[in-house]
Amino acid sequence: MSLDISFIGILIGSIMASSVPLILAASGELIAERSGVLNLGVEGMMIIGAISGFALMVITDNLFIAIVGSMLSGVIISLIFGFLTQSLLTNHVATGLALTIFGIGLSAMLGKNFVGIPGKEFPILFSSLKESIPFFGPILFGHSIVLYFAFALPFLTNYFLKKTKLGLVVRAVGDSPVSASNQGINVILVRYCCILYGGAMCGLAGAYLSLIYTPQWIENMTAGRGWIALALVVFATWSPIKVLIGALIFGGITILQLHMQAIGFRIPVQFLSALPYLMTIIVLVVISRDSRKIKLNTPTSLGRIFYKEK
Amino acid sequence: MIKIEKRNDVPMALYFFTPFIAIILTILGGGIIFYILGFNPIEALKFYFITPISNLYGFSELLLKATPLCLIAIGLSFCFKSNNWNIGAEGQLTFGAIVGGGVALLFYNQEGFYILPLVIIAGAIGGMIFALIPAILKTYFNTNEILVSLMLVYVSKLLLDYLVVGPWSNPEGFNFPETRQFSDSSRMPLLFDGLRIHSGIFLALAAVMLSWFVLYKTYLGFQIKVSGLSLKTAKYAGFKGKTMILVVFMISGACAGLAGVGEITGPIGQLHRMISPDYGFTAIIVAFLGRLNPFGIIFASLIVALTYLGAETAQIFLQIPKYTGQVFQGMILFFLLASDYLLFFKVKILNLKKNELRH
Repeated sequence: MSLDISFIGILIGSIMASSVPLILAASGELIAERSGVLNLGVEGMMIIGAISGFALMVITDNLFIAIVGSMLSGVIISLIFGFLTQSLLTNHVATGLALTIFGIGLSAMLGKNFVGIPGKEFPILFSSLKESIPFFGPILFGHSIVLYFAFALPFLTNYFLKKTKLGLVVRAVGDSPVSASNQGINVILVRYCCILYGGAMCGLAGAYLSLIYTPQWIENMTAGRGWIALALVVFATWSPIKVLIGALIFGGITILQLHMQAIGFRIPVQFLSALPYLMTIIVLVVISRDSRKIKLNTPTSLGRIFYKEK
Repeated sequence: MIKIEKRNDVPMALYFFTPFIAIILTILGGGIIFYILGFNPIEALKFYFITPISNLYGFSELLLKATPLCLIAIGLSFCFKSNNWNIGAEGQLTFGAIVGGGVALLFYNQEGFYILPLVIIAGAIGGMIFALIPAILKTYFNTNEILVSLMLVYVSKLLLDYLVVGPWSNPEGFNFPETRQFSDSSRMPLLFDGLRIHSGIFLALAAVMLSWFVLYKTYLGFQIKVSGLSLKTAKYAGFKGKTMILVVFMISGACAGLAGVGEITGPIGQLHRMISPDYGFTAIIVAFLGRLNPFGIIFASLIVALTYLGAETAQIFLQIPKYTGQVFQGMILFFLLASDYLLFFKVKILNLKKNELRH
């Protein structure tokens, strides 16, 4: 294997592709967490998005319907979480876990008849430019529209949270639900919206896997990416731009371990695979030991139930 | 969780009755899902919940699967009662199995009465050490134990994967990702010929009795319960919060480690990639369904074990993926959490005074 410049271009392109589901799911979860909701159901929502996207593609033969449908299914499944945690005041951690367990099971049940069906080719943009420009071609061009959306999303999320009034509302609800409520903000409604948005993004992340990245349906095909996305939000200390950087690092590790295996590199692949998790723990320790830092970064009411007497 | 003044007002009968409501709703929900998938719901449910335990072998399999669930859930009840969210029991189970399995592999060609106790103790210590990581990070660095314990699950699974593929793989095993078979002295004695149920069940029963004693009859148990109900009260009473966090995580990790050792020295007999079908995560459901009560947990572990067995039977008879077990497990927890609202509402009517932040 030669490390020439065009190979590096292709390598970077594939790292970007592998980071897309992480960016999408983590950006969605980030909004939910900034509003104070800890949803551990990311893996479950992703896998539901993956099967519904694939099933809709097979049934309707329309990729647009498949993509929109996967997001809708993410919304519907996250509505269960929203209803339980926001309306019935259940514990976030337990409800999220139940959502992941339920989602993995339900997706396998729904996907029973879709195993082994070949996927459809997803249209890629600027495919001629990809071939003609060395190095930058495979990096910038020849990707699906979902990839371009995913790479814009962290910047949009950042703008939304920092520059818009609604973003301020979301942050206020996450940092101090009681004061936000006293200001006349409907805390429960804001959190519902953030949860459903997170569900839509996780659904899209799943559909990216089953329609674009590896176009087919395999049971449990998200393979822990939802948990990595959760880790990524913490790793990024709840900052959208750092989510993008973290996703590229975590995605890069996934791609690198494949290549390292190929060239017979000495570090066992399992150690590389464990790096995202270990790095997340280290980041957690660094941001948490300083109580000022953690206050600066963590949504104060994360995972706490808000309850207002009527 | 529910705050102290509220819990006092919760009618105990209702508190232990809602899990049954959750189970009934889950069965109904399962019937509806089977109907949508085109099966006769009554027949499908029969395959799911009755067929698996209609003979002695099935009953032994039920106890076999309930054993690790019960052990882990007992450990988790200490954490959850004191408001420590250890959700990484799967990792502690895996690490316990690695340490216990490592000891068993040392004695792979030896026999002796002392080997099994050594393996069991090693497994418990392994789980304990692994659980200490989130506990120490929580007490000294203020990190979130939910995220740390969860991340460590994947680290431990990758470590196990590395060991069974690499240094510990069976030299005569044709590169299969598994270790040597343990010697007979490292195996849990079977209780009956021809059935897989093994003496690990006594570990689970001992854990139930011990946890009941510790939680309800000792000062430590009192401290744990008070801290769970109100951290402020616990601080006011002068309880050593940090020590208690370490202790509950150690108990929880040791139980998960024992469950891991029980699996590898019981039905499995070696280390390989798939030593647990997510028992560590499912045990969280068991702990909740059992209301964190030692005897409730026995009952809940049997119910949840049945969802594992039912999924296997349904796979054979109805050709549906065995992941359906997780649909039922998820539903049980959904309905249980939802029905807790009934408890909460009763309480709410009694004190209409203040805004409340519950966690």
